[in-house]
Amino acid sequence: MLDVMTPLAITAHTATSAIGRGRAAHLDALRDARSGLRPNDFSSAPLACWIGRVDGAEDIVLPNALGVWACRNNQLAWLGLHQDGFLEHVQAACARYGAARIAVLLGTSTASIGATEEAYRRLDADGGFADDMLRPAIHTPHSLAAFVATALGLEGPCLTVSTACSSSAKVFANAERMIRLGLIDAAVVGGVDTLCDSVLFGFNALELVSPTPCRPFDAARDGISIGEAAGFALLERIDGAPDAPQLLGYGEASDAHHMSTPHPDGLGAELALRDALARAGLDASQVDYINLHGTASQKNDEVEAALVGRAFPARTRASSTKGFTGHTLGAAGIVEATIALLAIEHGLIPGNLGGDTPDPVCGASFAWRNEQQRVDVALSNSFGFGGNNACLAFARAGFAA
Amino acid sequence: MSALRIYVEGVGLWSPHLADFAALQSLLGGAMPVPPPGRPAAATLPPNERRRAPESVLLAIEVAGQAVAMSGRDAATLACVFASSHGDQPITDYMCATLAQAPAELSPIRFHNSVHNAPVGYWTIATGCHAPSTAVAAQHASFGAGLLEAASQVLAEQRAVLLVCIDTAGSGPLGEVTGCREPFGCALVLAPEHGDATLARLDLQLTPACPDSPLEEPLAGWRAGNPSAASLPLMAMLAGVRRRCQLAAAATLGLQIDMDHV
Repeated sequence: MLDVMTPLAITAHTATSAIGRGRAAHLDALRDARSGLRPNDFSSAPLACWIGRVDGAEDIVLPNALGVWACRNNQLAWLGLHQDGFLEHVQAACARYGAARIAVLLGTSTASIGATEEAYRRLDADGGFADDMLRPAIHTPHSLAAFVATALGLEGPCLTVSTACSSSAKVFANAERMIRLGLIDAAVVGGVDTLCDSVLFGFNALELVSPTPCRPFDAARDGISIGEAAGFALLERIDGAPDAPQLLGYGEASDAHHMSTPHPDGLGAELALRDALARAGLDASQVDYINLHGTASQKNDEVEAALVGRAFPARTRASSTKGFTGHTLGAAGIVEATIALLAIEHGLIPGNLGGDTPDPVCGASFAWRNEQQRVDVALSNSFGFGGNNACLAFARAGFAA
Repeated sequence: MSALRIYVEGVGLWSPHLADFAALQSLLGGAMPVPPPGRPAAATLPPNERRRAPESVLLAIEVAGQAVAMSGRDAATLACVFASSHGDQPITDYMCATLAQAPAELSPIRFHNSVHNAPVGYWTIATGCHAPSTAVAAQHASFGAGLLEAASQVLAEQRAVLLVCIDTAGSGPLGEVTGCREPFGCALVLAPEHGDATLARLDLQLTPACPDSPLEEPLAGWRAGNPSAASLPLMAMLAGVRRRCQLAAAATLGLQIDMDHV
């Protein structure tokens, strides 16, 4: 049995996705049930599908000193870092603890592979990368975390977690362990993924992309809509920030079933959920809201809805917000952590946008429309290819299980 | 911060020059070990999977299998930290080349094999492991950063952890940018306490950035040809050469490792 963990304070957090830049924009879109999805206008030969694109990501110009890192993914990271006063919070933490005592732990599924794709589209005459693409640091999975550490001037542990769509949920666990062991005093966690041909054509090849805006948990759902996003959180010890919302627990587990299909009984997802509740010292009945993984793929939603039905009472409300943002892949964990924290802060259960004809497998917990109620405890589910599952538990400031 | 104290119970190693950890020990003892066949055996994978598996998966499963066998532990009980600086470069090269020419022809299998956690995904499936598993990267510091993450799991969760660090050889135009000349993989089974299978005790300490420990040839050349081979100073230490080494854990962070045979 796991020990109950000492909660961590979330002293800053932010998200930038198709529904806007920063927390206020996200809250507005959720309140108005306004999707950020649009017909695919990305790449030179767009597939017929819908995407969650961040307006203006391509127009962000990095400062000269960071120019070597320029690419869509790092530009979106830069845009995300500038929302909700996040940079100022990190600077203050840096002044408190020192640059070497703050880690940068970021999740991404494809990092800046879009830049590598571009390099291959315009190879020079001898078949190599064109001169302006000869920037080794962006043609590697660590591009994002290395860029963010450089941009923030942080010198502690710096790690990329790349476990597909659970990536930016798992980084909360990395941070908790390092803080508990005294390796660091604070961590910048989060993640960024951007639209690129690899994921658009890749998920299309797997026949997992819907031709329409995605419909999570709808009886007629027919696949995902791919999105892009950046999100960050600053984690510190709770004793120095008693008024901040809390990370109460986390769980991680493996399906050991299939590379691209979830375990039919949701085994790994349930193990991750149990571990998150155990670390948080929570009973399932104390959970007010669950932000579901809910990708709108046939299999994920079926397995996840069954898990909600058997693990939670009807008073626990549940919804997917992929209908707002699209599936932001490696960034989904942090975007949905931010939405879970908004639910706590504003007492808003976001409705499950796109689920107009609920799948009968969905029980009484599903919130199909927005609901207003106090939320003390919120969970966020994130599941990835390779059967990689994560569950995070958050609570309002001062909550004790 | 006090040192992170962990115990090594198993070591796996594979490169075109070294079939396993015993081959490294024999090389350092002055012998000339026989190079392994061109493709890692990866015997833990079922034969069907082994035939189809990409290079990164074969390499990771080969070294993971060696280390777990040496430890005597049940693979299903081990949390997994799989590190790689570049993932599967032949697949990335294939994907980018196909997307540049005929994107609609992209192979769905190669796409799902392109995720950075494909090797750990195949490993957990092959061994029936439901424990936490992760796939990490840290450019040239992937081994040191992966070791730090594995050690933090060992100590924070008080459980045994399988650490794997692999990189394939570079491929196509990308290969010229990454500079990976040949494949290299290594693995460690790490535990929080001394036990019957303990080979060595390691004390890890974070330091400011420092140069990697020097290596003799041919190890120095091998290290220059693959980022995962940054582990070689520690591998050589485990094989009996020296008792302290330094690795990069991040661009701005070093890891000092002191070893005792216990």
